[in-house]
Amino acid sequence: MGLEEKLPSGVLLTSVEKLVNWTRKSSLWPATFGLACCAIEMMASGAGRYDLARFGMEVFRASPRQADLMIVAGRVSQKMAPVLRQIYDQMPEPRWVLAMGVCASSGGMFNNYAIVQGVDHIVPVDMYLPGCPPRPEMLMDAILKLHHKIQHEPLGAKRERALERAREDGTAKDLHVEMPSTVRVDKKARRAYEEAAAAGRTGQFGIEQRGGNAVLLPGAGDRR
Amino acid sequence: MSERKPGEQDMVRRSRGEVERSSAGGRNRPTVRDSLLPAPAQGFGVTFAQIFRKVTTEQYPFEPKVTKPRYHGRHVLNRHPDGLEKCVGCELCAWACPADAIYVEGGDNTEDARFSPGERYGAVYQINYLRCIFCGLCIEACPTRSLTMSNDFELADDNRGDLIYTKEQLMAPLLPGMEQPPHPMRLGDDEKDYYLRVPGPSPAEAVSGEKV
Repeated sequence: MGLEEKLPSGVLLTSVEKLVNWTRKSSLWPATFGLACCAIEMMASGAGRYDLARFGMEVFRASPRQADLMIVAGRVSQKMAPVLRQIYDQMPEPRWVLAMGVCASSGGMFNNYAIVQGVDHIVPVDMYLPGCPPRPEMLMDAILKLHHKIQHEPLGAKRERALERAREDGTAKDLHVEMPSTVRVDKKARRAYEEAAAAGRTGQFGIEQRGGNAVLLPGAGDRR
Repeated sequence: MSERKPGEQDMVRRSRGEVERSSAGGRNRPTVRDSLLPAPAQGFGVTFAQIFRKVTTEQYPFEPKVTKPRYHGRHVLNRHPDGLEKCVGCELCAWACPADAIYVEGGDNTEDARFSPGERYGAVYQINYLRCIFCGLCIEACPTRSLTMSNDFELADDNRGDLIYTKEQLMAPLLPGMEQPPHPMRLGDDEKDYYLRVPGPSPAEAVSGEKV
């Protein structure tokens, strides 16, 4: 990219990388791309009860030039596709895309000629969020997972190559992007999840944590 | 507005749906404040009073969200109390699904490899969470209560492949007293015995709503 190419890799560069990534993730301004019912949930997430401002994201930019993250909320019709691409192209790099809801992610239940079967046909998507529509917590969970991903992004071509090499060797750290946010913020639960993931039991993790209950019961939430 | 001659106003022809308003009432009436405070004090008073109100913000990732017990979350494939799968591979869930998110392939149980009581079991079971709209029609369609929904909703991931959940991810965990299939039926010699067993304390059916 620039200066970081000239710097010697090692302690300095990884620290700079961490700092840069931290600044990027801590004020990730979203560009609204509300197209359907998911946009209602997106608006709710920005409002007082769910309060995306806690993650430095309260300013939903209507102008793509000031935005880092495009939240595609809702079904994208074939006619909307070029518009979406143009908005994406107008966003300055680094930029991320979050496909909110099943329609944006894969077309969802609208498997027909009018709807784009997933926005990844048009723009690269960094996070897929299922749900119809996803509740605000689900959106926050997806955003926090994206934050986690951004925090571990390589900075510059040198670090990218290093990461690529580590992936080939199999020494790259598993980020566990799919780890639920409530688990990630809790150190003990996180360790338990990593153990479960190593054993290939992530699907059963939540139910096992609740002692075999598939459903959360009022008052049982604090047990977790 | 074009100028009008005096007296013309009364004869003005109104288009359909237009409401006739007298000029005395409605918008032209000056608003009356009933507060004795000066306007800025009243206005900032609203802002100031907010300080003492309870904060409604949820501290989501730090405090897990407790949904309603019947919230439609991620699916679970349940087991019988001896560990055998409840799914019989009938594909009714896949047929009921309005988004075509479920893919099921049935397989035949044999005497040396039994996964579920009865003839067949779900050999391949996949739910594409990028299609699933969590409507619960699959749950209604399931004849054996094999497929139910949990309250887990934190499903986001960064690629499409990982969001197609396979049977390994969807199966309920083995609770104490359960045994990993394939194994013979432990709760009865034939199917009638198995299904009409005397109800007893079984870990699989301890839905905690029934617990005290």
